[in-house]
Amino acid sequence: MKNRIAIGVCVVMASCLPLMAQGRGGRGGGGGTPKSAAPYDLTGYWISIVDEDWRFRMVMPPPGDYMGVPMTAEAGRVAAAWDPAKDEASGDVCKAYGAASLLRQPGILHISWQDDNTLKVEMDTGKQTRLFHFGNFKAPSGPASLQGDSVASWETAGVRSLKVDTSNLKAGYLRKNGVPYSENAKVEEYYDVLKEPHGETMLVVTTSVTDPQYLSQPFIVTSHFKKQPSDAGWNPQACSAKW
Amino acid sequence: MTRNFIFTVAVIAGFSLPVAAQVDLSGSWQSKNHEDALERGAGPNPADFTGIPFNDAGRAKALGYSQSEISMPERVCAFYSQWHMMIGTFGLKMWNEVDPLTGKTIAWVVGSWEDRDAMTIWMDGRPRPSKNAPHSQAGFTLGTWDNNVLTAVTTHMLTGYLRRNGVMTSDQAVMTTHFIKHGDMLTLASSLEDPIYLSEPYYITRTFVSAPNLMNSGGPPCIPGDEGVPPRSVPHYLPGKNPLLNELPTIYHIPQEAAMGGAETAYPAFREKIKDKFTMAPKCTKNCGGPPAAGRGN
Repeated sequence: MKNRIAIGVCVVMASCLPLMAQGRGGRGGGGGTPKSAAPYDLTGYWISIVDEDWRFRMVMPPPGDYMGVPMTAEAGRVAAAWDPAKDEASGDVCKAYGAASLLRQPGILHISWQDDNTLKVEMDTGKQTRLFHFGNFKAPSGPASLQGDSVASWETAGVRSLKVDTSNLKAGYLRKNGVPYSENAKVEEYYDVLKEPHGETMLVVTTSVTDPQYLSQPFIVTSHFKKQPSDAGWNPQACSAKW
Repeated sequence: MTRNFIFTVAVIAGFSLPVAAQVDLSGSWQSKNHEDALERGAGPNPADFTGIPFNDAGRAKALGYSQSEISMPERVCAFYSQWHMMIGTFGLKMWNEVDPLTGKTIAWVVGSWEDRDAMTIWMDGRPRPSKNAPHSQAGFTLGTWDNNVLTAVTTHMLTGYLRRNGVMTSDQAVMTTHFIKHGDMLTLASSLEDPIYLSEPYYITRTFVSAPNLMNSGGPPCIPGDEGVPPRSVPHYLPGKNPLLNELPTIYHIPQEAAMGGAETAYPAFREKIKDKFTMAPKCTKNCGGPPAAGRGN
């Protein structure tokens, strides 16, 4: 009788353990490639819903409107000198489309796997492409770029999520009216997929930008996107310094 | 021997399972008002309905609203439903309530703050009240865990603000909030469905940061007072008589069709519709933010 009870307890424990393991890692904690280990499907088309910071994102904010950004005094001086015509003349029309602010642009994301270790995120607005490298990615030595070098990993302890760390950025704008980030900026992001009770699938991206030169503290915003059934609405548009 | 073995296994299971299924959300979470800073602080501009997916009834309700309405003693403390957690400027204090007999978490609590009542997220599987049960500003909330994300669904709220310039939610609104913890950041992703005033769900996402210092819940309670509105008077604007419709077009050059909201104003394609009607406004002179050295805090 005692043995049967002991066996019963062991069976119950055995059935519980996988659940416990799943909570700490799930599919993302297993072997295989990052693509096969993905705890959820990020691929497809995602449209941004712009109901936050509307006047900073959907239209050009006026010069000097920096509400909410924890700028340093130096950032204030740089932003005050913002001149979109000068950016156009120098060919720097994409400064508001870099990794630190791209997802704040209204647009559609197309996410796909470039290969087993690289997730590709394209945005129609600004015709930009970001590459998220998993594994032991070593960035090739080279000049800083608009989208920088992004190292990705599946977070498995706690919320199963995609974490992306980006550095080696070319200086750009956090907002289109010239709020600057420097080439020393680093971007930390979490990508979470949520099922809503009314049937929608949402992508929530939490972005923290750190920049000792132009930010007095990390600049944290959260952007949300809705899953689309197709590429309808995909509308590649060139960068613009004035719109 | 066998008894000891079973006891040991039971103790391990008892301690391990709840931990494996949940994340500890307790603590003090500081609000980062880096987005919608004006709206969450001083308050939105009058007649700024950009991005609001409301229907004709919702828009009509908002256009009839006068800010002086909340100067009525009986409405000074009204309208702060649980949605205020997402559109207000305050931080969050969270803790779990434990059943003293079993040690299990029966509820998560987001503490109150001035005008907003506490949100008690029941985790013990109790039934939701009848749809005819009384409503309150706090509402009734049930929670579940999925992928270590706490999802809370709130019903039974009184009518309240969707945006603090008269965009309202009805007492039929349902609010769904996901609590997502990443290290020292806590992201809240909320949607609000309202069959009375909205044509589709409204989404807001916010991130809070773990605060190094203890944050107390509560604060000064909202105290009704006489702010000068004559008795038996309800401040309002009659249809077509709202005098503040030109605030956004004047200050930010935002076309009025955008300011009047509607679901399409939240989607990227709407930009094409207003592109030719927009010119950038002149240099900001009021509510501009910027570095403290310029004498303008965030």
